[in-house]
Amino acid sequence: MDHFPLSWGRPRNDAVDLYSTYPVNERQRHGPKNDAFTDGVQHTQQPIVTGTSVLAIKYKDGIMMAADCLASYGSLARFKDISRLHSVGQYTLIGAGGDMSDFQYLQHLLDDLMIEEYTSEDGHKLGPDEIYHYLSQVMYARRSKMNPLWNSLLVGGFKDGKSFVGYVDLLGTTYTASTLATGYGAYIAQPLLRRAVEGRETTMTEEEARAIIQECMKVLFYRDARSLNKFQIATVTERGVQIGDAISSETEWSFAEKIRGYGSQTQ
Amino acid sequence: MALAQPLYADQHRPIQHQFNPYAENGGTILAIAGKDFSVIAGDTRQTEGYSIQTRYAPKVFKLTDRAVLAVNGFQADCSTFVKKVKQRIEWYRHAHSKQMPLKAIARMIQGMLYGKRFFPYYTYNILGGIEEDGTGAVYSFDPVGSYEREACRAAGAASSLIQPFLDNQIYFKNQTPAPGAAPFEPGNLPMDTVLSIVIDSFTSATERHIEVGDGLEMFVVVAPGRDVAGVQSLGAEELPALTPEGERIFVLRRDLKKD
Amino acid sequence: MFRNTYDSDNTVFSPQGRLHQVEYALEAVKQGSAAVGMRSKTHAVLLALKRSSGELASYQQKMFRIDDHVGIAIAGLTSDARVLSNFMRQQAMASKMTFNRPVPVNRLVSAIADRAQVNTQEYGRRPYGVGLLVIGQDQSGPHLYEFSPAGNSYEYYAMSIGARSQSAKTYLEKHFELFENASLEDLIRHGLHALRETLQQDKELTIHNTSIGILGPAGVNEQANIASLGKEGVFRILEGEVIQPYLDSMQPKEVPAPVTSVAAAAAAAAAAGAPAAPAAEAPAEEMPGGLPDDDVNMG
Repeated sequence: MDHFPLSWGRPRNDAVDLYSTYPVNERQRHGPKNDAFTDGVQHTQQPIVTGTSVLAIKYKDGIMMAADCLASYGSLARFKDISRLHSVGQYTLIGAGGDMSDFQYLQHLLDDLMIEEYTSEDGHKLGPDEIYHYLSQVMYARRSKMNPLWNSLLVGGFKDGKSFVGYVDLLGTTYTASTLATGYGAYIAQPLLRRAVEGRETTMTEEEARAIIQECMKVLFYRDARSLNKFQIATVTERGVQIGDAISSETEWSFAEKIRGYGSQTQ
Repeated sequence: MALAQPLYADQHRPIQHQFNPYAENGGTILAIAGKDFSVIAGDTRQTEGYSIQTRYAPKVFKLTDRAVLAVNGFQADCSTFVKKVKQRIEWYRHAHSKQMPLKAIARMIQGMLYGKRFFPYYTYNILGGIEEDGTGAVYSFDPVGSYEREACRAAGAASSLIQPFLDNQIYFKNQTPAPGAAPFEPGNLPMDTVLSIVIDSFTSATERHIEVGDGLEMFVVVAPGRDVAGVQSLGAEELPALTPEGERIFVLRRDLKKD
Repeated sequence: MFRNTYDSDNTVFSPQGRLHQVEYALEAVKQGSAAVGMRSKTHAVLLALKRSSGELASYQQKMFRIDDHVGIAIAGLTSDARVLSNFMRQQAMASKMTFNRPVPVNRLVSAIADRAQVNTQEYGRRPYGVGLLVIGQDQSGPHLYEFSPAGNSYEYYAMSIGARSQSAKTYLEKHFELFENASLEDLIRHGLHALRETLQQDKELTIHNTSIGILGPAGVNEQANIASLGKEGVFRILEGEVIQPYLDSMQPKEVPAPVTSVAAAAAAAAAAGAPAAPAAEAPAEEMPGGLPDDDVNMG
């Protein structure tokens, strides 16, 4: 899964629309010209308003997740105050990259599910791993109808003393690991997260977790052209889901003056 | 990296956005049958493109006390397929009050794969275990269900690296018996030899293929009554059996390089 | 032949506000041989009496495994029970498929109760002719439920259904306070004592006519299977030789002094200050003409 939601679900090829300016620039059809597999029945679909990376890690008290507040329209920073983190019941949190309308559909779907569960009033509550499993069934069912929900999602949660984080995307691909990152974060943040977290999942404090997550969000803001320096950090612990207010990182741009073609230096 | 100029013909025809419902998630699986045992193995790395998604995503699953299935290809199809196979096996148990025999599972898998012939599961399956006659067996499948019983098979990302090695070591291809020695007979190697061949296959594939590595899981299915001291001494974990005193399944885990 | 003007159609109430078809369905449950269910803090067990239609025939199936965490015992029409157990197995698998969670037992029982209720209200249908005892395990521990064709389901500490189940119930009511902290072996022994109460005069429990279903950690007689049962103790049905140790653990029944008539027995009991004999207590249990002991449709 690369950092251009537009090329998700397509044969890998970076020769076209390299800077992902769609829908401002229409994206061309690419891939093998006479590939029998891809020339079958086709549904036209593409993401329109998109979110970028989501990060999630396990730490001592539970899990931490972060996503910025931007929803882009191609290369246009269209909506700058949206939340891409959403709680599902008391124990679970989901974060979404990719198409924001598909994500809103999923929010409704999961909210309906939780209402249905609540009304049974028998004390059985869905845990994060169960919601993750349900979500991946939904994603896989839609891809199998050739009508995918164009997202890559992280699910995180904490229930009965156990932390959980999982990844699922528009193809229904799933995996779990102690650190997860979608989109551009998979290239930029994942190595930093792995170095900081692996082997320390049960000892890392909330402060340490927050520090590495903030660091990654800053690096992503420096490097990802579809990101925003305004992001939310959420935790799921014994105390339940807590989604923080939008915050920013201190950034430093004086070096930019010295970059040819960016600052005053033109030649 | 230059932006490729679209062809004139491409610019003047309607734009088609196709959705490709498949991905390729790397990794490799293999299985080797012995006289009264069967070894089914897979690495635990899951990739997409050049990214390692996770270092631990199991590809080998216990189905019954005598059957183990390894799956490789597109992860979403793989996990769906394994779940459906397990469900069919559970219905078999409900209906017949016994566990499904290996060759019946093999035929069932061919039916399930071929049932999606025109929107295939992008999965390569290798089924290993013990037949009702007590012999070790390996069945290999292509994504649309064609299958056969073999002495060994490798599939997945590094299959083209491992299969020729197995052809040589298991089927004795390009080897000639010493003058006066008995002719080679594939499928009769002792368990410790088979296990070293499996481990060597994966360490070598890890060296040469970027999508293989991280961890190795080897399931050893053993016929009833066979001596298991060998596999136990290697530190294998035994999986609980539904029916005691029948076949036994052990899991051996080894690290592979993570780079 | 009608017993009542209002009993030919389950969608019509009698003037007394009764649904006769539903009540007849409840009678079908009583035609089946008895099943007993009970639970402790750690275990839930089912015990059932199997009938055989004769020396040459096999014994009927009284218990079904639904999933690792759910099992049922039946009384009534076996064929209806198979429809219901199939539905329950589907529900259990659907829950595993969509949420990867074992289906909550109460929801499973509610689902079949809802199905049964539809059959008591819609034209052209008939109620199920079978009652179930359902044992299951979830986060809140072991449970026992009764399902009846009327569309009801209730949770119990101990329960019995089927022919002469009132006698077993009387035993259970007398002893149920001991069940909560009982060991698996004690629980089964009480269950066998209760089941024994439902037997006809000259019959006794044998390894051939008794089924035992268990949920919960392995007991002292199951140490050989401890690995396959797992920590939670998956549902298993014991039949044949393996139940001998449990039968051996039973205490001999207190036999009242031989008397010639029921009335005399009751009088003797009253004189001894003991409760009346079970047979005299539940006269309404049996169908007129006595039980068809070899009805193959009735499990």
